[in-house]
Amino acid sequence: MPDTLLEVKGLRTHFFTRRGVVKAVDGVSFSLRAGETLGIVGESGSGKSITALSLVRLVPQPAARIVGGQVLLEGEDLLRKSEADMRRIRGAKIAMILQDPLTSLNPVLSIGSQVTEAITLHQGLRGRSLWERAVDILRKLKIPSPEQRMSNFPHQMSGGMRQRVVGAIAISCEPRLLIADEPTTSLDVTVQAQYLRLLKEIQAESGLAILFITHDFGVVAKMCDRVAVMYAGRIVEMAGVRDLFTTPAHPYTEALMRSVPKLEEQVDRLYSIEGQPPAPDRLPLGCPFAPRCPYVMDRCRQEYPPEVTISRGHTASCWRHH
Amino acid sequence: MATASGVPLLEVRDLRKHFPVMGGFLGRRMVAAVKAVDGVSFSIQPGETLSLVGESGCGKTTTSRVILLLEPPTAGTILFEGQDISRLKGEGLQHYRASVQAVFQDPWSSLNPRQRVGGIVGEPLVVNRQLTRGQLSERVAEVLTQVGLRPEQASLFPHEFSGGQRQRIAIARALSLNPRLIVLDEPVSALDVSIRAQIMNLLRDLQKQHHLSYLMIAHHLASVRYMSHRIAVMYLGKLVETADSETLFRNPQHPYTKALISAALPSHPDRQREEIILPGEVPSPLNPPSGCRFRTRCPVARGECAGVEPPLKGTEPGHKVACVLY
Repeated sequence: MPDTLLEVKGLRTHFFTRRGVVKAVDGVSFSLRAGETLGIVGESGSGKSITALSLVRLVPQPAARIVGGQVLLEGEDLLRKSEADMRRIRGAKIAMILQDPLTSLNPVLSIGSQVTEAITLHQGLRGRSLWERAVDILRKLKIPSPEQRMSNFPHQMSGGMRQRVVGAIAISCEPRLLIADEPTTSLDVTVQAQYLRLLKEIQAESGLAILFITHDFGVVAKMCDRVAVMYAGRIVEMAGVRDLFTTPAHPYTEALMRSVPKLEEQVDRLYSIEGQPPAPDRLPLGCPFAPRCPYVMDRCRQEYPPEVTISRGHTASCWRHH
Repeated sequence: MATASGVPLLEVRDLRKHFPVMGGFLGRRMVAAVKAVDGVSFSIQPGETLSLVGESGCGKTTTSRVILLLEPPTAGTILFEGQDISRLKGEGLQHYRASVQAVFQDPWSSLNPRQRVGGIVGEPLVVNRQLTRGQLSERVAEVLTQVGLRPEQASLFPHEFSGGQRQRIAIARALSLNPRLIVLDEPVSALDVSIRAQIMNLLRDLQKQHHLSYLMIAHHLASVRYMSHRIAVMYLGKLVETADSETLFRNPQHPYTKALISAALPSHPDRQREEIILPGEVPSPLNPPSGCRFRTRCPVARGECAGVEPPLKGTEPGHKVACVLY
């Protein structure tokens, strides 16, 4: 694909602890085109956030180390860059929005100084033009009276407004890739709807690629073009968003979807997946979903199923499809 | 399913909770009041789930805290089994406290990390009942089994459990005194997606077995629909619409309810709803808008909305709306 922006191949990030090696991300591959939104869905401990942090090499060191794979951004492997080069890439080419705007903003710095920081660093603007640029970006995020907001502090704003400021900082240097890790989880329902719509508008305008990390299939249905489902450090299914919702191929995806209540209809009893996700430091042999899988076979407990193609652009790792 | 007639288990009449804002010299003078709950009435029948929905700051959690006697009300009455709880003393008060229990959102912070599960679940029994050691551990084992845990897990500490199991421990503690009403404050939103259905099903099963009433506070509308018999929508300290669950989703009437439902995320990419995007955010409860409190964000607000505060009026059986349109 000529217009592939990001290609991740066999990414492996492990945690080295006293109790042994935890394979938080264990062979994750995907690609992302400009203007496209890829969702990574998974539960806590599935490795979705560590995957995101690995792309910008911000995994918690020294416990975690990226032990293998490639992260190709416009053909260049980020895992081989020097730390100085990475600093020029973060914020400029790849930006991030994290879950909680209260902790991702500095409480003692004004909004203005936080929005201008990255622009000064990456684009060298100063003085009047810098200030105007920052106000423009706040306006783009539809923050009311942006000139006044520049001198405000985070605690003077509501959660939704704070998250818009975080969004403004993220897009201030016109990145090619935006990593959004649960950006609306802490927001109210109607504010979440505003924010998601805003992200889509900005994407349509700028051709930004978005990697959307979430646990919520509703966000996926609303925002994503393609989806990767993660379980225990691996992608177990990848598909276009319609294919995934209409014909989920992996038993985990299927079970998850059935266990989410729907607004449109009342059911007598929700389907529920028994058991818990496996502890990442004690993964079972074979397929990690096997202990909870309704279709489990002998083979599942012995060998991890390789990926199979279900249809064009739709892959899953399950022995049932072999 | 609950019956519409009969004495409600809990009845809340015109409940108000205002928090003073102090100012002036040394902060001794009350300069304003945050009207967190401002005239809310509802009732809960035995065996019924009533859900309070609304965005942060609407007063739903404050309402539940007043019911749990964690905050004294500013005005209004709460009747439990027909009795005014503000007049309860001694044994009557103890009976109320034992009959009304709570399960909170975050099972990481609601369980004491230094106490064993048996101690956590048994504590309400130690406080309220005179039991021998044998009776106590028997009852603890019984409730642990009811919530799907094993009796021998009573000797473990909370950190040895996953999120879903911890929420089961919190439910077991709430159940230990055979309560009539449990306040569920966002009971599944801190849990993993694959665990939520387990806990919701458990709560529904326990409701049937013990004829429990639930007052649930939640923002995820699809879960609210699955769990509730009736729903009350709150905005800035007031109820704007109440209806039974089916009716509310079939025929939402208040513009705020419509916007909330339209903002809920779709369950399939082909099922996108027509979005009603509300402008701005919820105004401060320190200084709510005059007349209808929703008018500043309402897509169909008219001149008259600023003048009078619309009362909650019945529009069809079991369905009440506070809006001048009806």
